[in-house]
Amino acid sequence: MYVAVKGGEQAIENAHRLMAEERRGEPSVPELTVEQILQQMRLAVDRVMSEGALYDPWLAALAVKQARGDLVEATFLLRAYRTTLPRLYDSLPVDTTAMEVRRRISATFKDIPGGQVLGPTFDYTHRLLDFGLAAGFQPTPATAGKSETMGEGNGEPPLSRVMDLLAEEGLVDRPGCGGEGEEEDARPVGDITRDPPTYPAARDVRLQNLARGDEGFLLALGYSSQRGFGDNHPFAGEIRMGEVAVSICPDELGFEVEIGDITASECEMVTSFKGSKDELPRFTRGYGLSFGYNERKVLAMSLVDRSLQARELGEDIDAPSQDEEFVLSHSDNVEAQGFVQHLKLPHYVDFQADLVMIRSMRAEILKRAVSKTETEEAA
Amino acid sequence: MTAATQTPPAVEAGYNYGYLNEQTKRMIRRAILKAVAIPGYQVPFAGREMPMPYGWGTGGIQLSASILGPEDVFKVIDQGADDTTNAVSIRKFFAKVTGVKTTERTGDATVIQTRHRIPETPLKDGQIMVYQVPIPEPLRWVEPRETETRTMHALEEYGVMHVQLYEDIARHGRIATNFMYPVKVNGRYIMSPSPIPKFDNPKLDNSPALHIFGAGREKRIYAIPPHTEVRSLDFEDYPFEVETWDGCCALCGATDSYLDEVILNDAGERMFVCSDTDYCATRRGQGHTGPMADREDISELTGDKPETQDKNA
Amino acid sequence: MTTLPHPMIRVRGITKKYGEMIGCRDISFDLWPGEVMGIVGESGSGKSTLLGCLSGRLEPTTGSVGYASREFGDIDVHGCAEPVRRKLLRTELGVVHQNPRDGLRLGVTAGANLGERLMSVGARHYGDIRAEALKWLAEVEIEAGRIDHFPKTFSGGMQQRLQIACNLITQPRIVFMDEPTGGLDVSVQARLLDLLRNLVSRLGLSVIIVTHDLAVARLLAHRLMVMQRGQVVETGLTDQVLDDPQHPYTQLLVSSILQA
Repeated sequence: MYVAVKGGEQAIENAHRLMAEERRGEPSVPELTVEQILQQMRLAVDRVMSEGALYDPWLAALAVKQARGDLVEATFLLRAYRTTLPRLYDSLPVDTTAMEVRRRISATFKDIPGGQVLGPTFDYTHRLLDFGLAAGFQPTPATAGKSETMGEGNGEPPLSRVMDLLAEEGLVDRPGCGGEGEEEDARPVGDITRDPPTYPAARDVRLQNLARGDEGFLLALGYSSQRGFGDNHPFAGEIRMGEVAVSICPDELGFEVEIGDITASECEMVTSFKGSKDELPRFTRGYGLSFGYNERKVLAMSLVDRSLQARELGEDIDAPSQDEEFVLSHSDNVEAQGFVQHLKLPHYVDFQADLVMIRSMRAEILKRAVSKTETEEAA
Repeated sequence: MTAATQTPPAVEAGYNYGYLNEQTKRMIRRAILKAVAIPGYQVPFAGREMPMPYGWGTGGIQLSASILGPEDVFKVIDQGADDTTNAVSIRKFFAKVTGVKTTERTGDATVIQTRHRIPETPLKDGQIMVYQVPIPEPLRWVEPRETETRTMHALEEYGVMHVQLYEDIARHGRIATNFMYPVKVNGRYIMSPSPIPKFDNPKLDNSPALHIFGAGREKRIYAIPPHTEVRSLDFEDYPFEVETWDGCCALCGATDSYLDEVILNDAGERMFVCSDTDYCATRRGQGHTGPMADREDISELTGDKPETQDKNA
Repeated sequence: MTTLPHPMIRVRGITKKYGEMIGCRDISFDLWPGEVMGIVGESGSGKSTLLGCLSGRLEPTTGSVGYASREFGDIDVHGCAEPVRRKLLRTELGVVHQNPRDGLRLGVTAGANLGERLMSVGARHYGDIRAEALKWLAEVEIEAGRIDHFPKTFSGGMQQRLQIACNLITQPRIVFMDEPTGGLDVSVQARLLDLLRNLVSRLGLSVIIVTHDLAVARLLAHRLMVMQRGQVVETGLTDQVLDDPQHPYTQLLVSSILQA
């Protein structure tokens, strides 16, 4: 029966109520608290902060609860909330060299100054479902004695970056210096939240876009670049995770003030070299940075960042991961999910227009066929 | 619950008028002015995330949010109807963040936000139509690259657009585009009128109202100022034609409105009714009836309470 | 407009450098209406670079190309506004690429390819556009029934003939051709050359044709320019240059044609 749209307001209200009921689930089961999500589902929270482009773990945890664990929906909630916030200052660039490092590895050298720290990683775990976890679990404390963080936070000298060591030898360009030399550094930084996208896009704008990009999308593109759809011989130069300070320098004060710290993940990829017999060859680099502990994201991001440098490096552009417009237009899952899901909205007016035309065309063809048969029979 | 005009409660505390902050509204208004100054040209703007998803009208919503004021009367339609779920949702949103008066009567509205239709009731001087646009670029299907389409618009290189129409005629014997039918505005820019059926295109030509188009996800605003020439693309020997139906509206008898097809039962019985619910209701209020107006098994359509149906079930 | 004879193209001091590498250097000549000029030389001699500069698609480092336009009067091909140049390339100037796929839209039918040129300058009558397209398919000896087929389904020779037709449909005054018979097998080449010779003389076209194949040059060109390492080493009437080459490089080129 035709009741598709009448009483829409009532239907919407009922749908909201039903959803709230299902979100709560079985009433006899204790309700999940935002704090529990914040503590025990931290990686979900971190992903939502990264793609929601807002650093507030508690809000992100609330979004995860409200979205019933749907992280794309939670990202949307956080991003919509972000729109309502006034912008007070631009912070100074975060100094990841001064990071209080909880995890730091490099695949390019056996040993690096400051050492490697595995940190709290899934790597090297055996992916066997642990039923003990279902029964409740008290973790045994990690080996005492060694401090769990390294670097400046511990009063030690800041951990030098592997990439800087390579740069010192001239084996890799310093960031911000491409073929154009120093001029790159002087231009004002773009802002994707203020300016509409234009192409070609400069690297700062590309990286901003990738930083909030959907992890799955970047993962697939990075993967494709490793499998031959693009030129990449990547090595993980350095992967870091830990806390960094955020500082502002308000005009009213004239000096820097640290306003807090955030957890961040960073990846620097060393990628295929450029140069020739006459031009000093050096490695190129890809970069990934994210709020929270999002290692897979920053690894993928660095691969895609490198792929997108194809234009500046004069490489042939024939792989999807190198196609700037393709990558940057489709990386935002808030945009993507909106448009894909909008197909659920009524489209019957336009469908009707096509129906009318197709029926009329079919009638014409059939009429022609009938009259053709009649003519042949008469002959 | 379908009173013609309602005055909802005051603006919900905590929100700026219209939800967007004043700077954002100013930025959007500037974009609208640019768009009006260059009819049919797509003006890029730095769209904001809204509490609705992209694809669900954020462009239109940002336009309405920037232009609505306390004196306005606001109508929202989707597929021509005021009570489709998304129209309801958008109307409620604006009631919450502006306290503006809302209406279902086209004639009473100062601002009409729409998805996929232009109302049948002729628009008047002083009214503003706000369109929700998914893909603002009419050349997108012949040329996926933004860099190329920008150049084509700048240099008025629209040959490829007609190539598409030529191919339609060569293959199907007619132009096979039925909605989102491209138009040339003020003799200069080719524009997508949003996914309205081609039936509605003629309403844009020399209209007394202002028509503004918002694409939130693609971040473009464009406009047709009042009394602007708008011509649907065609060939001299294959001129632009609109849809026609064999019958009339089953409820009000109208022969000049766009009809929705409704499948009534498993036996495949069909009924055609005006897509514009206000137009249909107004005609019925004036005493016009159509051939199925007294059918009791479709009483929902005529606005009676569901109990009436249960009684007959 | 003056009725005195007037060169169609006036080339002065065209030089194109790629960084330190010379593409072509200091080329000057005039081309008159109805003339066919051949530019010959081995690969790397700079002929394609020169052609790019002459046809307005490649910006020279120095020098100028003057063209007597039907619509715009005397213009400087590289000095004029972008929309003017782009329009000329769709109307008065034809460009036939060595690879026909560079000059065609593979995803639309042959008829649409031909029609696009007309539609881009305002043709709006489907029947007339179609009739014109059929006429030109006949001129290049493509069967009329293929008007609704996609160029992907055409053989190489047929694609090339379609590309030529697309260029001629807007009645250009001058056509630039880059190795139009390259990549085609010998019998197909012969047929195409015959067609070209016929069309050029019937339509009174001016042509600048780049080729490494001296037989093609002899068949089509009135005059020749011989290029080596970016410079013109010899010019003159085709038969003179080929039968009595003066420059050692020309002599080398001519002598290296295999005798049939």
